[in-house]
Amino acid sequence: MTALAVNLAYIGAAALFVFGLKMLGSPATARRGNALSAAGMLIAVVATLLSEGVLEFRWIVVAAAAGAVVGALASRLVAMTAMPEMVALFNGSGGIASLLVGWAALFGGGEAAAAVSAFTAATVLLSVAIGGLTFSGSLVAWGKLAEALPSGALLFPGQRFVNGALLAALIACAAMFMLNPVPDSPYFFAVLAIAGLLGVMAVVPIGGADMPVVISLLNSYSGLAACAAGFAINNNVLIVSGSLVGAAGIILTNIMCKAMNRSLANVLFSGFGAAKTASKVEGEVKPIDANDASLILEAASAVAFVPGYGMAVAQAQHVVQELGELLEENGTEVSYAIHPVAGRMPGHMNVLLAEANVPYDQLVEMEDMNPRMPNVDVAVVIGANDVVNPSAREDENSPIYGMPIINVDHARTVFVLKRSMASGFAGVDNPLFFGDNTRMLFGDAKASVAEVIAALKG
Amino acid sequence: MELVPVYLAFILVLSIFLGFELIAKVPATLHTPLMSGANAISGITLVGALLAAGSGLPDAVATWLGAAAVFFATVNVVGGYLVTDRMLGMFRRREQPAKPEQR
Repeated sequence: MTALAVNLAYIGAAALFVFGLKMLGSPATARRGNALSAAGMLIAVVATLLSEGVLEFRWIVVAAAAGAVVGALASRLVAMTAMPEMVALFNGSGGIASLLVGWAALFGGGEAAAAVSAFTAATVLLSVAIGGLTFSGSLVAWGKLAEALPSGALLFPGQRFVNGALLAALIACAAMFMLNPVPDSPYFFAVLAIAGLLGVMAVVPIGGADMPVVISLLNSYSGLAACAAGFAINNNVLIVSGSLVGAAGIILTNIMCKAMNRSLANVLFSGFGAAKTASKVEGEVKPIDANDASLILEAASAVAFVPGYGMAVAQAQHVVQELGELLEENGTEVSYAIHPVAGRMPGHMNVLLAEANVPYDQLVEMEDMNPRMPNVDVAVVIGANDVVNPSAREDENSPIYGMPIINVDHARTVFVLKRSMASGFAGVDNPLFFGDNTRMLFGDAKASVAEVIAALKG
Repeated sequence: MELVPVYLAFILVLSIFLGFELIAKVPATLHTPLMSGANAISGITLVGALLAAGSGLPDAVATWLGAAAVFFATVNVVGGYLVTDRMLGMFRRREQPAKPEQR
């Protein structure tokens, strides 16, 4: 294929990516949209393989076959609860792929150890720095999500100073490399190492509950890395696709930050809850057993489930769906109210509930649910804490003050399913537990819901 | 020749605006599939990897770097699209018989 034909194919591929993303705007068309996007990728890859630039197929076949097997297996075997870990790893592999492409572009001169143009050198540096940061940051994020690393925020004195020094060193080494951009420049390897270190340092101070922000941001970086690699090798389709992904990540990051009422800088640098201490709430919790809970649910005409990360941990989504279906058969209006930052990545709860066969028209976003809350007879909180904590509205000293929440306390009755009386992830006290209309159903979420189902049937 | 970077930057700016317009319309329900789907698209770096691995340059290092990039980018592309498809297959409307999940 001539260069002209290849580039025309790239235009087609880019158009298919755009169409695919557009069709992701509705659950009804999303699956076809994803297939279109995949078709675009296939066109781009085939056109590249047929181009005059590709002469040697031996290593391509081996590497692509190995990659396809790994990718296919991972996508089939991953549990829906582990999607955040999976996406973190995919972000990382995208980052390192762009890093390697940028690195390889240094040898573009054809002759070994020949200097490349200043523009190529600068864009190679960008793809190596962003790609390296994405790779190591994603590995740390994966470690935190999979709990291979402590998931809390790790802060130490002088952290900002260390990060600032690393960034300065990165820029200094990049500048030195620019003076003589040859592949074996020691400054190139310094940039590589510092970028990796920066990725680790950037994710380490971020706590588990802030992971949706980190994952979105790393997603954005993996796109930007592809974009930078596109500049390095003068390739339009990389730039278009990379910036689409970069924009997607930035939008999601922004949504997550808004849903926590925090700035991106605050999420990235401050840990959580370090500055303020919430006023202690005192009161008495009113426990309830599964039998009484089932009686109240049976009499209810509107029930809203409010899931959080705890539901994923307890793997309770299937029993929750069963309970929802049982209540619907009983004539109850059932909905699922989902906070944007519930779970460990954007949309995490929706995927879990979809897996458990909850129809997507029952999944309600926070802004749509809150006005309806006073008409809800029972709000059932499953494994969520901060996203339903009324201190976010009322207590100015609370670290989560100002964060939009699902106002379950406005419902006529609230059931809170909780393992025991420890405070939630952010370590803030939740006055919801002491509310007049709150009843606590203690125990493992999955077991508790199963008991309620048994009581309803029996 | 010195205009090439400018053209590339032109494309970059327009694509970012296009990306913002497209993604802002995706409902919160689909944010996880959006992310894994976007991830698969960022595997487009595979194109660059193929060019590097197949260039037949005299320097073997470039070929090795390219081959490693082909591996990682293929993981991204294949895994990303398949897992997105698997997730999107689970989203269904009310009152429709659930499709059995293909494994």
